[in-house]
Amino acid sequence: MELLALSAVELGTAIKEGKTTAVEAMQAVLDKIEQTEELYHCYVTVDRDGALGRAKEVQKKIEAGELTGPLAGVPVAVKDNLCTEGILTTCASRILENFVPTFSAEAVLNLERAGAVLIGKTNMDEFAMGSTTETSAYGVTRNPRNPKHVPGGSSGGSAAAVAAGECFFALGSDTGGSIRQPASFCGVVGMKPTYGTVSRYGLVAYGSSLDQIGPLCRTVEDCAVILETISSHDKKDSTSVARSDTDFTSALVKDVTGMRIGIPRDYFGEGLNPEVKAAVLKAAALLEKNGAVVEEFDLSLVDYAVPAYYTIASAEASSNLERFDGIKYGFRAKAEGLHQMYKKTRSQGFGPEVKRRILLGSFVLSSGYYDAYYLKALRVKAMIKKAFDDAFADYDCILCPAAPTTAPELGKSLLDPVKMYLGDIYTISVNLAGLPAVCVPCGEDGRGLPIGLQLIGDCFQEKKLIQAAYTYEQLSVSGS
Amino acid sequence: MSREYETVIGLEVHVELATRTKIFCGCSTAFGGSPNSHTCPVCTGMPGSLPVLNKKVLEYAVAVGLASNCRITECCKFDRKNYFYPDNPQNYQISQLYLPICRDGWVEIDTPQGQKKIGIHEIHMEEDAGKLIHDEWEDRTLVDYNRSGVPLIEIVSEPDMRNADEVISYLEKLRLIIQYLGASDCKLQEGSMRADVNLSVREKGETAFGTRTEMKNLNSFRAIARAIEGEKNRQIDLLESGENVVQETRRWDDAKETSYPMRSKEDAQDYRYFPDPDLTPIFISREFLEEIRARQPELRTEKMKRYREEFEIPEYDIEIITGSKHLADLFEATVSLGAQPKKVSNWLMGETLRLLKEKEMDPEDIRFSPEHLAALIALTEEKAVNSTVAKEVFGVMFEEDIDPRRYVEEKGLTTVSDEGALRRTVEEVIAANPQSVQDYRNGKEKAIGFLVGQTMKAMKGKADPGSVNRLLKELL
Amino acid sequence: MSHTITDETIDYAAILAKLELSDAEREQAKQDMGRMLDYIDRLNELDTSGVEPMSHVFPVRNVFREDEVTNGDGSADTLKNAPEEKDSMFVVPRTFD
Repeated sequence: MELLALSAVELGTAIKEGKTTAVEAMQAVLDKIEQTEELYHCYVTVDRDGALGRAKEVQKKIEAGELTGPLAGVPVAVKDNLCTEGILTTCASRILENFVPTFSAEAVLNLERAGAVLIGKTNMDEFAMGSTTETSAYGVTRNPRNPKHVPGGSSGGSAAAVAAGECFFALGSDTGGSIRQPASFCGVVGMKPTYGTVSRYGLVAYGSSLDQIGPLCRTVEDCAVILETISSHDKKDSTSVARSDTDFTSALVKDVTGMRIGIPRDYFGEGLNPEVKAAVLKAAALLEKNGAVVEEFDLSLVDYAVPAYYTIASAEASSNLERFDGIKYGFRAKAEGLHQMYKKTRSQGFGPEVKRRILLGSFVLSSGYYDAYYLKALRVKAMIKKAFDDAFADYDCILCPAAPTTAPELGKSLLDPVKMYLGDIYTISVNLAGLPAVCVPCGEDGRGLPIGLQLIGDCFQEKKLIQAAYTYEQLSVSGS
Repeated sequence: MSREYETVIGLEVHVELATRTKIFCGCSTAFGGSPNSHTCPVCTGMPGSLPVLNKKVLEYAVAVGLASNCRITECCKFDRKNYFYPDNPQNYQISQLYLPICRDGWVEIDTPQGQKKIGIHEIHMEEDAGKLIHDEWEDRTLVDYNRSGVPLIEIVSEPDMRNADEVISYLEKLRLIIQYLGASDCKLQEGSMRADVNLSVREKGETAFGTRTEMKNLNSFRAIARAIEGEKNRQIDLLESGENVVQETRRWDDAKETSYPMRSKEDAQDYRYFPDPDLTPIFISREFLEEIRARQPELRTEKMKRYREEFEIPEYDIEIITGSKHLADLFEATVSLGAQPKKVSNWLMGETLRLLKEKEMDPEDIRFSPEHLAALIALTEEKAVNSTVAKEVFGVMFEEDIDPRRYVEEKGLTTVSDEGALRRTVEEVIAANPQSVQDYRNGKEKAIGFLVGQTMKAMKGKADPGSVNRLLKELL
Repeated sequence: MSHTITDETIDYAAILAKLELSDAEREQAKQDMGRMLDYIDRLNELDTSGVEPMSHVFPVRNVFREDEVTNGDGSADTLKNAPEEKDSMFVVPRTFD
């Protein structure tokens, strides 16, 4: 049995049926990492010994009948901005080069309770700020589909690890597209749930009002299973929502008959790569052919999402990252005097993109500018939310690309920040409005680079997304 | 001074709430833990940690707001106040700027000119900072986060006060309200009540305010009074010499009786407040308000009224006893144990106040229990001890809260009730003091006092003075 | 509507953010911030009068905990990552005058 070819759910079933074990699966992953990690660099930390030890423990519990869930024994990679007790958690930043959390993120605990086995921590853009995984302080991650290209970001390490077979599934975080865009670039499935569905406790915050944790995986079925496992109402997270409808696997139904799908015309204009456009519209046609009602409509405000997002996210980030001061944890620069210590620690500890955003964020919140920038952005956010509300009065989901292009080459993106930020145009408004969205592969460009299809749902309507995505996946596999 | 000036004072009063746990986490607020023992990821700003509001904090804040005639904000929010300092682990303090919980209230104070309303601009909830300790040995600073995240309310007054007396009356009024609500013990010395003084001066008759300064580090009423006097004079001196007052925060040094500016050039005083995305808005429903209102304990005015009706004690006693929640609680608890109200009041008004004054303590610092006070009163009622012994026992009880019955027994202080023994002693005293006996018989009534004293002395104080008197008269 | 960020502005933002910028970084930061602000200024094309600023997307409200002590002695965990500690406290450069 070629273990690495299995999906997470298939592997879980094989383990449960005794065809393989958690330890064998982990060994296969570690062997794969041994072979390809030097090239791809998906991980900041691979916890080899710990991973095998945990796999053995889990296998015992599976055999004792204590762990029976679909993810029991399945190796998982976790983005390095999710706290893991006893395991280095750097956020791909020098400022946390030696930080070992004393507790695990709630989402990680939920996975561990279900028997998933942690392999290690995946690379990312520093503090999740970036779209290419090139801002990591620990080196770039390469796209397994073509190592000359970036894997996307900021959850690039997680997406690449799934694509490379260096894990069976992974967790990422999505503040402005950080799960969906790398999923698109690496040809895997990625989902950002409705804000509040997965606890943020233990996720090192970037933009607190926008951050959500979600899965990166190979199939829509995996996606539903993982989301079902990590969703929880967590009393430690005030923004966590009590939901009774998190049985996401019940939506794994191959049927889109009568489903109303809206295609926002304003997402298909200038700047969209023609190959991407063609692949996404082809996907829409396939769904239409199978019973969905597909219509074009005007979403509006599309051009304002990116500037509103960067104002809000930078402002929140500037405050969230103040705690990194060299006093309680992480890197501390040698300096005379308190203020010198702060400045040197933060100047040496943060990379250029993080500095760029916290400078901007400090500025937009500063005296005299708060109303003009920050409050203005929050007003635009309200308008964007309203535009989506209007759209979801007519449609079950919105269909669009996840990114305007396929993965760019390494080293081409960071030179022009505004241009890089524009790459987030299709993903960012989803975070502003707190919506769920999923990205599934829908073909490749002429160079063999994957293209992703994004489906956006109304708040709490993950099941509709899962049903549509699952149906599309099944249809495209069978080629009908 | 050629011109006449008026001082304008507003207060920012921070009060530590008497919750069991911190404002955003389940750590204890108890004093005296070893450094950083009352801490967790939330109150030390660990990456990934998130705050959840302690409901009790909201209840106390609303209770104080209602008791000080405030409007309660229907939808309030928490904001982040951003500034770097090591006592603040996140480098932002969670506070309320844009939508504080209470607004537009007032309390009434007594002034020589009669009652005066002091306006309350707002009350907001926020978290306290950790403690910085100077490591003299190595000339650096140590940080203990045990106090980090302890809940505070900040009560911001209108600039309605004009002198130190009004400021102190206002503070005493607030303290009484808050103590009655049980929301805090409000001890200035221990920092559970802290006042920052905003002060400006202007020429009499002027309607616009002068430039104000804010003074911090005032930890007693006396320090506040001195600081007000000092700052007023400093500002007037500046104006008189044609200089301007700079709007700034100053630290009062009570020992040197002077203040100096607090901020360094490294800081821009720009807190970049914005709504904390980690906390949800708070909606105060009518039901919630009614619930708090219903639970509102008896405040001082109601208590005074009830005392007048229930207990036969002088008005002055009522005023003093209800002037401290702790004293009033002690009084009522002792009475409920069966002690006669007048007797309890006498002990509180007499010996208790005397010892508090002597030891420079507040009524809140009283340690003895109502059970022990009731027992001591019972001992005197039973004439098991005389009043001198009772005072002596009370003195020990005040210090150590001993059980008076056991103490009297162990120390053998019980009044000798053996008539025979007493009679023998009186006979001995008569025999040993013929001169006094003669004086008494000659009509010098006072001489008996000396003989009583001699008898008491011989009995080591353990006699009932009434019985001694009676026996002496009988035998003479 | 082009923003020119002065040295003063960028230095002020750096003080707030507690960053020390080299000359090259500072020039770059001025340029980057100017471009970002130009871009953000597009928001002014929208009439937002009468629109309430939205901080939270949905009506999750009144999330509280009960006032019960749930945490024990946390000092070991709190200090585990401390760059420098003494007597169970964090060490920082002097803050007292």
